Amino acid sequence: MGVLGRVHSVESFGTLDGPGIRYVLFLQGCAYRCLYCHNPDTWAVNVGKIIDSDEVLKDILSYKNFIKSGGVTLSGGEPLLQIEFVKAILKGCKEKGIHTALDTAGSIPVEASAPVLDLADLILLDIKCFDDEMSKVLTGHSNKRTLETLNYCEETDKRVWIRQVLLPGYTLNYRTLVGLAEYLKDFKCVELVELLPFHKMGEYKWAALGFKYELKDTQPPTPEELNEVRNLFESRGLKVLMKG
Amino acid sequence: MSIIDNKRTVEINVRDFIVENYTPYDGDESFLAPPTEKTKKLWEQLSEKMREEHARGGVYDIDENTVSTITSHKPGYINKELEEIVGLQTDEPLKRAIMPFGGIRLVYNELEAYGRKLPEDIANIFKYRKTHNDGVYDVYTDEMRRARKCGIITGLPDSYGRGRIIGDYRRVPLYGIAALIEQKQAEKAAFVFDALCEREIQQREELSEQIRALQELAEMAQSYGFDITRPAEDTKEAIQWLYFAYLAAVKDQNGAAMSIGRISTFLDIYAERDLKSGRYTEEQIQELVDHLIMKLRIVRFLRTPAYDQLFSGDPTWVTESLGGMCVDGRHMVTKMTYRFLHTLANLGPAPEPNLTVLWSSKLPENFKRYCAKVSIETSSIQYENDDIMRPKFGDDYGIACCVSAMRIGKQMQFFGARANLAKALLYAINGGRDEVYGIQVGPEFAPITSEYLDYDEVVRKFDTVCDWLAKLYINTLNVIHYMHDKYCYERLEMALHDVNVLRTMACGVAGLSVVADSLSAIKHTKVKVIRNEEGLATDFAVEGDYPKYGNNNDEADQIAVNVLKNFMKKLRNHRTYRDSKPTLSILTITSNVVYGKKTGSTPDGRKLGEPFAPGANPMHGRDTNGCIASMKSVAKLPYDYAEDGISYTFSIVPGALGKTEDDRISNLKELLDGYFTDTGHHINVNVINKDVLMDAMENPEKYPQLTIRVSGYAVNFIKLTREQQLDVLHRTFHERF
Repeated sequence: MGVLGRVHSVESFGTLDGPGIRYVLFLQGCAYRCLYCHNPDTWAVNVGKIIDSDEVLKDILSYKNFIKSGGVTLSGGEPLLQIEFVKAILKGCKEKGIHTALDTAGSIPVEASAPVLDLADLILLDIKCFDDEMSKVLTGHSNKRTLETLNYCEETDKRVWIRQVLLPGYTLNYRTLVGLAEYLKDFKCVELVELLPFHKMGEYKWAALGFKYELKDTQPPTPEELNEVRNLFESRGLKVLMKG
Repeated sequence: MSIIDNKRTVEINVRDFIVENYTPYDGDESFLAPPTEKTKKLWEQLSEKMREEHARGGVYDIDENTVSTITSHKPGYINKELEEIVGLQTDEPLKRAIMPFGGIRLVYNELEAYGRKLPEDIANIFKYRKTHNDGVYDVYTDEMRRARKCGIITGLPDSYGRGRIIGDYRRVPLYGIAALIEQKQAEKAAFVFDALCEREIQQREELSEQIRALQELAEMAQSYGFDITRPAEDTKEAIQWLYFAYLAAVKDQNGAAMSIGRISTFLDIYAERDLKSGRYTEEQIQELVDHLIMKLRIVRFLRTPAYDQLFSGDPTWVTESLGGMCVDGRHMVTKMTYRFLHTLANLGPAPEPNLTVLWSSKLPENFKRYCAKVSIETSSIQYENDDIMRPKFGDDYGIACCVSAMRIGKQMQFFGARANLAKALLYAINGGRDEVYGIQVGPEFAPITSEYLDYDEVVRKFDTVCDWLAKLYINTLNVIHYMHDKYCYERLEMALHDVNVLRTMACGVAGLSVVADSLSAIKHTKVKVIRNEEGLATDFAVEGDYPKYGNNNDEADQIAVNVLKNFMKKLRNHRTYRDSKPTLSILTITSNVVYGKKTGSTPDGRKLGEPFAPGANPMHGRDTNGCIASMKSVAKLPYDYAEDGISYTFSIVPGALGKTEDDRISNLKELLDGYFTDTGHHINVNVINKDVLMDAMENPEKYPQLTIRVSGYAVNFIKLTREQQLDVLHRTFHERF
């Protein structure tokens, strides 16, 4: 008997959340309310399917021939809201030699998240917005904990991929992004910066949940804008990962 | 000088010739040559003709005045000046011939559909000469006719050529026709026993037919100016001789599937020799291959619109098997394997030939990556698991049609289309009555009368129906294949086989995922029966959710496994024509749409008329855990019980394969490695955006070469019926954002 957790869904062929083919477990529950969220159905903490971590591990192992050069990614929602469940899965994967990644916004205090961060092989750290005021507008929360999480990763020599959604009118702001690039360039733990252009494919979910979607009229970034942002990071010695 | 020692001409053994002489290639694709000017011109001229063909409603022209035989037509050319490899089915490219021996009635229908008329003199011949189709209907029982009408057994080759026989076309270049005839004559002379009864008489007559067919083949080649009685001496001759042999087969038979076998590694032996001696350059060899492939792309048969409903898009299944491993541990990828795949770049994507990669986890990395790259760019390749087929079929087997492995020149099959298991399940509920026609088809027994379905009762009755169905099915196939041998014997293809061949009775099933989900629904939730005034169950109300096949969930997947095993066991209980070994495929081609149309609502929630999933695929939209979960479910189906193949069609949008091109290639390669390591048998890979397909439906002229893999073959998307196009669009496209 392992630890019970709330799960939103499973993607057995994850190719967009970490390196290689990954088993992605989307955990239920998130305290952030990001305006661009494409999975608002993962927000509520009291829904989802309740599953035993041992069951999850058994399921993961059945995919071992597919995820040899990839691994497992725990995403959400915010996986750090279910610390014990996440710990049990990461531990189990470690024992079986399966690579793990944690997709998080680092939204809880580092004192609490440290044991989980220690267990994962890779942290996909979602810095919602480097400008703290904008972060509050966008997510309802300060970015302080996220940056503390990054510091902890640097101290403990943890591999990190930074994720940054490019949302015109919000995070697609050159001053803020230059600030972020300047800030990141000295972190040895940061392996690359993943740039995620805003898209509206999750819009229908907002309507289905009865939520008001604020970004109806926001357009995705243009290829020129994306190129400029890419250069901004690359010129500061940061490796960029972007769809293309 | 011939490529082989003379002593070999006595004993036919192409496999050993290949294994002793081929050169495995571990490098990457950088050696490949672009199309030559000649190739570009020739392809442009041919493409123009194919555009015209499409504009004329799918048929360019028909020669209704000549019954097609190996020697029936005078030589034809696309452009004699440009063609390196010559030979056409009729005197003009894309002109279709009539082939009445499978069934004269079909020829009448075909000609009528295209506004033509069978000339008096030919019509007269068939007043006196029976065809396969006439023979079958002379013997069919009432029960067989009813089963056929209601579609519990459908797609039967009882009025068209059964196909799925692969001649060993390589024998012609390797040995020359003279030696092959000599061999057959010796075999015939030796085929004398104390008692000559049906079997021996049949065999001796067939040998005589085979010898005659070989003579005609030599004559046909001679009309193009080639003496193929001697062995081929270089790459160009080897390709030309081999193509003549194949051409003779498609002039002799309009079999549903006319595979070419496994020719690339064989041809590479000639190419390696010519490259070394300087006789040909890489450019010249690629040119020869491109020209051969063009010919294979324009194989045409005259077929009816009704046939198109079953096998949509004018397929011919010129299946070529590439790669695989040698039993000595070396891989069998050669430069020629690359050259064949490279035609998809030089000439653009195309459904034919049906390029089939025999995948092994031990294939070289470079080749695996190249395949993945070509799949992503063209959606034109299918993959089959060499690691599970090689132990059964050795290292010189080929794929007939879509997924049917057979030792080349040593094995053939009696193609048996498929039985509709979803309908069988409804017969179990309705006491053997057909839910659409209302007539008694199966034996009459007590129907289920309860308001809610009881799992044990349904399973018990389904078992009884399957007993009946298996018997009827095998008997029906016995009738068909007896008559096909009698009236429409594949004399040329069988001339390129050993005298003693292993025959399989290749049965098939449709609707496996519908049955698995239906039984799972009955077991795990409440299924209420809705009956019409006659008491027939015509609809079902599913109350609640249930585990569905396609999510790597044993609760549902094991039901599919058991249904398959039970049905296969039942097939084995029956006596078969020519002692053929019963096998089974889970393959629908595009007939999943027609099967669905003819099948009432099912307890899984599928409604009357809705399509089944193709082949062994989970039902559309029910696989919700991503594509690997879906593949894992399919891979659980045991190949030992479906030795004729388990077809799975996989469609994914490019973006879901990975962020960069390199990621997409690596991920697809890993995906294939995982699927086949987990003993999946077959996979079609489509990497395409839905909006491209939608645009192609509205603007077909913009997409003359848009190719998509359906169940076991590929088609020009624009040649599918609108219904089929919609079915492709509604299938699960794995996407994620």
